[in-house]
Amino acid sequence: MKEIRPAILMLILFTVICGGIYPAVVTGIAQAVFPKQANGSFITGKSGKELGSTLIGQPFSDPKYFWPRPSAATDFGYNPMGSGGSNSGPTNPDFIKTVKDRVKTLRDTGVTGAIPADLVLASASGLDPQISPESAMLQVARVAKARGVSEDMLVKAVAQATEGRQIGFLGEPRVNVLSLNLSLDGLK
Amino acid sequence: MSMYEWVETILFFVVLLALVKPLGTFMAKVYQGEATFLSPVFVPCENLLYRISGVNKDEEMDWKRYAWAMVLFNLVLFAALFVMLMMQHLLPLNPQKFPAFTWQLALNTAVSFVTNTNWQAYSGETAASYFTQMVGLAVHNFVSAATGMAIVIALIRGFVRRKTSSLGNFWVDMTRGTLYILLPLSLIGAILLVSQGVIQNFNAYKTVPLVQSETYDKPKLDDKGNPLKDAKGNPVTESATAKEVTIPMGPVASQEVIKELGTNGGGFFNANSAHPFENPTPLSHYLEILLILLIPGALTYTFGIMVGNTRQGWALLGVMLLLLIASFAVLQGVEADGNPLLAKLGVQGANMEGKEIRYSLAGTNLFEVATTGTSCGAVAAMHDSLTPIGGMMPLSLILLGEIVFGGVGSGLYTMLAFAVIAVFVSGLMIGRTPEYLGKKIEVREMWMSIITILTAGIVVLILSGVAMINTQATASMANPGAHGLSEVLYAIASMANNNGSAFAGLNANVDFYNVYGSLAMILGRYIPAVAVLAMAGSLAGKKYVPPSLGTLPTDKVPFALWLTLVILIIGALTFFPALALGPIVEHLQMIQ
Repeated sequence: MKEIRPAILMLILFTVICGGIYPAVVTGIAQAVFPKQANGSFITGKSGKELGSTLIGQPFSDPKYFWPRPSAATDFGYNPMGSGGSNSGPTNPDFIKTVKDRVKTLRDTGVTGAIPADLVLASASGLDPQISPESAMLQVARVAKARGVSEDMLVKAVAQATEGRQIGFLGEPRVNVLSLNLSLDGLK
Repeated sequence: MSMYEWVETILFFVVLLALVKPLGTFMAKVYQGEATFLSPVFVPCENLLYRISGVNKDEEMDWKRYAWAMVLFNLVLFAALFVMLMMQHLLPLNPQKFPAFTWQLALNTAVSFVTNTNWQAYSGETAASYFTQMVGLAVHNFVSAATGMAIVIALIRGFVRRKTSSLGNFWVDMTRGTLYILLPLSLIGAILLVSQGVIQNFNAYKTVPLVQSETYDKPKLDDKGNPLKDAKGNPVTESATAKEVTIPMGPVASQEVIKELGTNGGGFFNANSAHPFENPTPLSHYLEILLILLIPGALTYTFGIMVGNTRQGWALLGVMLLLLIASFAVLQGVEADGNPLLAKLGVQGANMEGKEIRYSLAGTNLFEVATTGTSCGAVAAMHDSLTPIGGMMPLSLILLGEIVFGGVGSGLYTMLAFAVIAVFVSGLMIGRTPEYLGKKIEVREMWMSIITILTAGIVVLILSGVAMINTQATASMANPGAHGLSEVLYAIASMANNNGSAFAGLNANVDFYNVYGSLAMILGRYIPAVAVLAMAGSLAGKKYVPPSLGTLPTDKVPFALWLTLVILIIGALTFFPALALGPIVEHLQMIQ
């Protein structure tokens, strides 16, 4: 029973160090050096109000907006309180039917040819803020028609909202849907 | 793979291998009590900790006392966390006013974090307060990792020391692992992650307006808050409109980094490392994979230094790398091919269900094999939605016993148990007394190695069988048919091997998985740990046998290949039938 004292005291001491001092130091440095990132990378609109986070996607289904990926977040798509994926298995008949419906919705807007997988398959987080550049280009004609603007102007807007590979080679190029739609509405 | 994917993957391994030697050397110094560049700061802290808790740092322990200290410490950790979860509603730093956990869920969660499993039957953003996440769970992330490292160091001392019973001091090893290794690396890693956009604050959750309000069907609840069902048993819904959303906040970065570094894997949010606030950019993604593999990789070098021949360490690291890269190659191949059932609908490209856009496919797949080869269990993609053969890769890595880099400490000690078996089998074949690292391998070492390796497998097969005849267990499946079996097999394998990742469609917050899962985690963690310490005690008592002409060299390529083969044969003999009924059947159905 000689070990009982160190067992209890080590727990208390390491709780203070790892659960108190360590996160406090990290928070202090983070807030001092990277305040914007540490607080959620929020977008501030022209009015000075916070419009959302660049990292957390929002749901869009109106033809005049670019649509994000399908979301399997709980309660409703892109609910930040219910992050998660569909967890559908690849051969699940319900899953195949869901994707079929999503393909049909896109076809109804005049899309022909192959559809990029990311636009009809749900993300892991349910909050994925981005789509592939191909998925964005596929939507240009629809958005142009709904807004009555030229496709050229939208192509430029998409290019502006596209982030390249990080440091030139990491990850994939991607388009931030919320930023893009906010800029179309002239809010940002 | 695109050219970019080749570049990022190769560069990743270059960086990882470049760090093995410096970190491995540093860790050897720490555990051998030599001075390092951190000593001026930490030696006084360390001595203060020993003084307060009444530890004599020069006192050596035999294997029984070492094991007892380890088990007792874990019991205290468990009890403290269990009480904390049951009292969550009374504790501070709970701006969202989350209630207490139920006892079943508190039991499962406390066992899960103490055993370095970090299986999560709860959802972080809607159930756990900042106090729980930071004071409760994060501490366990540190000390459960340091416990695993202490055990492997004791085993290495068993190989190195001669004719003695002493294996070191558990409290000293645990303290040094936490102070000198885990804390400094976490501090650096956390700041790097924040620079990429991982949040770190104590703000209340934030509400922002939606640009386009969202109409959805909301399940109707009765007066007691239970979902209402109609006459046919379908849930009753009502239309609701969301005009604004609540975005969760919290001290994420500080927990994110130790979750990976300590191969814990318990996410701050439900979506784990796929959540943009946990893993916002490709750079943060690769940094997190690096954190997962860093300590288990470097420990092989620490092992090499301590046994006086670094090639012994490289041989084990070579086996780990071979298995990791092979499983990565298969996963990458099948996921890039996509789902043939969706291709028929006109969908083009890789299987993107349950994956994020910002990481490349290769990056996503590398995370999946790293997290399941180790005992981490964090996920950056939903494993349940992988193609059948793709999903079999993480599952197989878990079933092999988490030796492909493995959990911090636990991976290396399980790998050393495999090495002992490989030496023994080859000894039988060439007709010599088996020796490893100058110690004779005898009955006791064989027994302890077999217990270390087979415990998790036996637990997995028995409990999966029990689950198949338990209606509650099968009702939790989210997908029909063979995939449902894969979900259950994965869940139990994940808990018994202390991984913690999931085929997450399975509804795990039911009594069956909470209670039997806790049992699996306890057996899977402590039986091998105590067996390893018993083997260490036995080895330390032996005399050194100098290598002779008939000794099998264990630091060369042929032994590494032999060891790989032994691992694969034991894995295949144990689990092939179960895998055939799950992922393999599903694959055949899919390509029909």
